[in-house]
Amino acid sequence: MKQTLLSLRGVSKVFGDRTVLDALDLDIDDGEFITLLGPSGCGKTTLLRLMAGFEQADGGQILLAGKDISHAPPEHRPLNTVFQHYALFPHMTVFDNVAYGLKMEKRPQQEIRERVEEALAMVQLGDYARRKPHQLSGGQQQRVAIARAVVKRPRLLLLDEPLSALDFKLRRTMQVELKRLQRELGITFVFVTHDQEEALSMSDRVVVLKEGVIQQLGTPREIYERPANLFTARFVGETNLFPGRLERVTDTSITVDVFGVHRTLRKPDFPVLEGQDVNVLLRPEDIRVLEPDADHGLPGKVVERNYKGSTLDSVIHLNDGTEVLASEFFDEDDPTFDYRLGEPVRVSWVDGWEWLLPSEPHDSASERLIDA
Amino acid sequence: MHRVLQQPFKTAVLLLVWGWLLLLVLTPNLLVVGASLMTRDAGSFLALPLNLDSYRRLLDPLYLEVFLHSLYMAGVTTVFCLLIGYPFAWALSRIGKQRQTLLIFLLIVPFWTNSLVRTYALKLLLATNGLINNALMGLGLIDEPLQLLYTEGAVIIGLVYLLLPFMILPLYSVFEDLRRELLMASHDLGAGKLATFMHVIVPLTLPGVLAGVMLVLLPAMGLFFVADILGGSRNLLVGNVIKNQFLDARDWPFGAAASILLTVAMAVLLFAHRLSRRRLGDEEPAT
Repeated sequence: MKQTLLSLRGVSKVFGDRTVLDALDLDIDDGEFITLLGPSGCGKTTLLRLMAGFEQADGGQILLAGKDISHAPPEHRPLNTVFQHYALFPHMTVFDNVAYGLKMEKRPQQEIRERVEEALAMVQLGDYARRKPHQLSGGQQQRVAIARAVVKRPRLLLLDEPLSALDFKLRRTMQVELKRLQRELGITFVFVTHDQEEALSMSDRVVVLKEGVIQQLGTPREIYERPANLFTARFVGETNLFPGRLERVTDTSITVDVFGVHRTLRKPDFPVLEGQDVNVLLRPEDIRVLEPDADHGLPGKVVERNYKGSTLDSVIHLNDGTEVLASEFFDEDDPTFDYRLGEPVRVSWVDGWEWLLPSEPHDSASERLIDA
Repeated sequence: MHRVLQQPFKTAVLLLVWGWLLLLVLTPNLLVVGASLMTRDAGSFLALPLNLDSYRRLLDPLYLEVFLHSLYMAGVTTVFCLLIGYPFAWALSRIGKQRQTLLIFLLIVPFWTNSLVRTYALKLLLATNGLINNALMGLGLIDEPLQLLYTEGAVIIGLVYLLLPFMILPLYSVFEDLRRELLMASHDLGAGKLATFMHVIVPLTLPGVLAGVMLVLLPAMGLFFVADILGGSRNLLVGNVIKNQFLDARDWPFGAAASILLTVAMAVLLFAHRLSRRRLGDEEPAT
């Protein structure tokens, strides 16, 4: 049975004349790994700071395990933060950094030593206790910051883009490490990132934020496969957006005209009318590239091909100039599988793999965002 | 050798700096050391043989007392500068950029006026018939003018007034470097305001405090004209002793020895400052 650990009820935050968060509601379950995902300026860091107590909400309530902590200072909140730039105290050793929170709790010396050593062993830094932060690598500093936060055994750990300063490979390692820590400790993690790949691979649930408003809340799979709107569709993963017009609507199916090709698809969840414009969303891996003489699909030509090891990613221009991204797995049985630039092809997709969204006003940037 | 030719600009700049230091810093200081080891001479000021007499005379109770009293006044000056400068620098680093620029500008404006002139201005304020006394009497708070001028207090006020910017600027610099994230981390880990101040803010601003102390304590002992103008005859600074030896008593070796004493004290403070920087992990002292 899932229990709510932290509840935000109608939380608002205004800086000057800019509303950063507007009456936001969010329930975070006990023990989950939840990620706040959005572009910079979407309010995700502000949301985290409100939880930590570094900022005060201008409206609404924050409840931790049912208790109102909206006005409690950070030092009185049973949650801890891992900062983006680690924020290790430069004048203290690794040991003293990790011990700091326990010293503030006035724990006995013996207990402090045991718990600090345990925390450092957990992040594999047992031998580094006497070092100063500046003698450690970025990844090691990051691990000290995590040890320092979890040694207090918080109910909730807030992580503010903790991996953004690390290089790609180290980042991957730390992602796995963080997941492992979260499982072992059973602490609820609230993770802030603008990296959608990171969000998908690490989280139990993802909150997609834009301009202080939650766009979608769901599992990584829901977010990726069934985006609630165009913003989420474009921000999470790469997307092909085909404008379509509804020609026929029955109880279970619809017929859509996409670039003059008529396809009968499953009826979407949102109400539909004949003659209405819709967006047909296709992930690059949903696209099939066919021979030019195939009996269906949209004609176009290959303008770019990127060998990615396990997949071949290509960019195809349809005859009207629309750009399509396709990502195909290598076919073991076809060693010559490849394209020449300029080669004419036809583009189609696997039936049922499309996702329909109603067309939104101000939807001019769709083509530009495909390759973003 | 070819590297010198490859980087003519770098070489030229380095030569200029080293030349400057050698000619205008090292040479005069060596001359002072030399002078301090020579013998007084009425005609040409300095004469052989070399000896340590001047240093021995520094230990004379009379001069020791002047030195200690001077150190005491400089110490009180430093404490006041710190008490005023620390919160000021802290606030300065926390306000908006525009007001920050204005305040730093105001802090620097007095430097455009000669400090001697500013000390005379202070004298006008503190004099028996001065602005402060007249104002207090006008308000009926006192019946007779207070003895403000020619007191120890007057010298200390003068020193604090002249040296306060030298305390504020290095402190401002360390407060600017103090990352807000560190204070947030401290609160996040359960430390209240006082604990954060003691465990994070004080240790991290210590290099600035030491730099400020260096820039105030030693100059305070040397600013003879402040003691001359505001202190009367009883509140001498080491600077007065040095000046008197050179200009009045014509005892150059002794004056030189006294100034070496100040230089050595400065070196000790510099060393302490360097140590405090090391502790924070800086490879090179920033000041």
